[in-house]
Amino acid sequence: MTVVSLETYAENTWCPGCGDFGILAAAKAAIQELVREGTPLENIVILSGIGCHGKIVDYINVNSFYSLHGRVLPAATGIKMANPELTVIGFAGDGDAYGEGVEHFVFSAKRNTDIVLVVHNNMVYGLTTGQYTPTSPKGYQGKSTPKGSPEEPMNPIALALASGATFVARGYAANKKHLIWLIKEAVKHRGFALVDVLQPCVTFYNTFPYFSKHVYDLQEEGHDTSDFMAAMEKAREWNHRLEGRVPIGIFYKVEKPTFEEELLKGRRPRQMPYIDTVSHVLKQHI
Amino acid sequence: MREYSVLIGGQAGDGVRQAGQMVARIFNRLGYYVFGYDDYPSLIRGGHNFSLVRAAEKRVLNHNPEVDVIIALNKETVEKHAWRLNNNSLVIFDGREQIGVEGSKVLAVPMSAEVRKRRYHPLTRNTYALGIMAGALQIPLEILKDVVRSMLRKHVEENLELAELGYEEGKNHAIRRVEKLDNDPRPVLTGNEAVALGAAKAGLRFYIGYPMTPASSLLHYLAAHEDELNVITVHPENEIGVAMMAIGAAYAGARTMVGTAGGGFALMVESLSLTGQNEIPVVFVVNQRPAPATGVPTYTAQSDLHFVLNAGHGEFPRVVVSPGDVDEAFYLAGKALNLAWKYQVPAIILSDKHLAESYMTATFDESRVKPEEPVLWKPNGEFKRYLDTETGVSPMAFPGTPGAIVKVTSYEHDEYGITTEEPEVITKMVEKRMRKVKYIVEELKREETVKVYGEGETAIVTWGSTKGAVVEAAEKLGLKVIQPLYLEPFPTWAMEKALKGVKKLIDVEVNYGGALARLLKTYGIHVDAKILRYDGRPWTPHELEEKLREVV
Repeated sequence: MTVVSLETYAENTWCPGCGDFGILAAAKAAIQELVREGTPLENIVILSGIGCHGKIVDYINVNSFYSLHGRVLPAATGIKMANPELTVIGFAGDGDAYGEGVEHFVFSAKRNTDIVLVVHNNMVYGLTTGQYTPTSPKGYQGKSTPKGSPEEPMNPIALALASGATFVARGYAANKKHLIWLIKEAVKHRGFALVDVLQPCVTFYNTFPYFSKHVYDLQEEGHDTSDFMAAMEKAREWNHRLEGRVPIGIFYKVEKPTFEEELLKGRRPRQMPYIDTVSHVLKQHI
Repeated sequence: MREYSVLIGGQAGDGVRQAGQMVARIFNRLGYYVFGYDDYPSLIRGGHNFSLVRAAEKRVLNHNPEVDVIIALNKETVEKHAWRLNNNSLVIFDGREQIGVEGSKVLAVPMSAEVRKRRYHPLTRNTYALGIMAGALQIPLEILKDVVRSMLRKHVEENLELAELGYEEGKNHAIRRVEKLDNDPRPVLTGNEAVALGAAKAGLRFYIGYPMTPASSLLHYLAAHEDELNVITVHPENEIGVAMMAIGAAYAGARTMVGTAGGGFALMVESLSLTGQNEIPVVFVVNQRPAPATGVPTYTAQSDLHFVLNAGHGEFPRVVVSPGDVDEAFYLAGKALNLAWKYQVPAIILSDKHLAESYMTATFDESRVKPEEPVLWKPNGEFKRYLDTETGVSPMAFPGTPGAIVKVTSYEHDEYGITTEEPEVITKMVEKRMRKVKYIVEELKREETVKVYGEGETAIVTWGSTKGAVVEAAEKLGLKVIQPLYLEPFPTWAMEKALKGVKKLIDVEVNYGGALARLLKTYGIHVDAKILRYDGRPWTPHELEEKLREVV
């Protein structure tokens, strides 16, 4: 069994101990397993937004689209609809996916585009050196909110469910084996798959100690992933305050037709021939 | 020159636009060149809409304010447009009351009442009115019937019946005979339709758009003709989604175009800059309307020239084309798509409401537009998405290609597509991208980039849809007209040639500041006078003639 090399020559510039390393390792392992199981490497495309997470595309030697802040999802959708044979995995930050790009997030879930979104959710802006994000708990003292964030955090799991996502999961950057499994399950799922990943920022918001003690696996507690109301209840169990138990695993999973299927109706954009003439249409204008 | 003009006016929802298009098709079948202008406020029901259709022996690219026939679906139409009538005009009025219009014949026919009596669909009234018009102009009834059959999908029998009824009435009030000319009918297209067809002929695969006047009809047209043109249309959440999906689709290998007006393009500007960095080809159609902000949504303007020329942070090459009629729209849409793909640059088709939504006779030769081959990677050796080449164009591959890892990025990058902050690499990549301009210019030197009409020492310089009125007025006054088709890269070589022997240069545009004059100034070309309007209305030759006499 050969393992495909995914190394690049790019120097890794994340802070030592960053939660992003866990996601990088899990993503690479998941891609390697997918390739071993038959997905051609050239058919895998990864994307990222802007923020610390974004550098992940430089660190994995596969097709990639280093996008703009908040814009991973429409770019990913464009790629998937132009070539549905591709496996499209987007990486984004919490400020990226849930702040700047939240309209795209809601609509990608609504459309059920067959792409994966892995959110590096560290509850802080890292690359801009420490401001509150859509998922920071109320009162978070960042550089833009020295008196404490005045807002309640957004609940991305509940938002994804409410928006119509057909696969909603949460992982933890320090739980590599579980995260590999989640990413692979998300890829195998046909439809929009969110994997929100608790990704502690060791420099600006080190949540490792808390999460390592308080996460629990939904699947070990027999959660029914086909029950929307149960998923919503689990989504509301914890919302970014460092209190209480934190569920990880698959919240919800259901099969629905994908955006590409509905849009393309069997057409294969890359294989469709160029038209030779427009005379048949011009005739309608006489 | 034999020519006829017909105005149809009524409320929004009365089917004025379609009736206008039917008039255009009637004259088209009689061998005339046609032009149709729609004037409508931004509302769905009520208000006052009118269509002005002009038919002439020669090609016409604008409407004539004077009309031979007014079809007044309400009294307001007569009140608003009576000034357009001449001594031999006819007013076809829907009503019983006899209304007086000085010097013109008024034919009051209670059309709505008749339609109601027969329990027909209210819109069949328009065919009734067209029947009267055909009778009064002695146009063969069979031509009208043929137009009804080809354009209407519903209530065809009722419409045919009313056409005949109207014809019999109109015959008794004939004002003149429209002669059939010895020309075959030709396609009548709007600017948006011509852009759609030109792009489709050049291999367009995706059209992505968010509704916005005057670009919505481009989305509607391609959506309605998807299967005939092998184009897939998508309507996403907003214009940012539109532009980013387009870049994604083009990255995956599909020729993609987006379309909007100035306000929507403002939202796409971030993505435009991305195409400047990641070198993914996308075509943007920008149909101007009066701005700033929401402005006057359903009227026309030419005030976004410098916006599209300068949109996007950073320095990167782009192509901006400016069609002035449907033939140019067809050719330039195809060229924009081909140039975008050959040079991996964004291309902008800058149009306006007057061209986008007016319909006119098309005479283009479709064989002149076809998909031109981009520079593609041949599977030998290592693939580098941003390989530094002599022309600056790196051979492309798309994800899914064995042996090629296709890394594109918004960051400055090395040849492989990995982020860099090294000064030598940054310099090299900026120069690689900017070098493409030289090769685009070389290609453009083989194309017609500036149109010249007429000759003389006094010339008018203009762009886009305004050229229609300008050329007609200039012909009458014996002036030369210069119209650049490309605004970026700016065809200085062709302008120089066009300006040879010109002693006086007059600029005509539809904006306040004289955007083209300002652009020309940066290339050392100075205009002597500017004729500008910014009331949302296009120039007509008659108005221009007066203004030109003042400055010539």
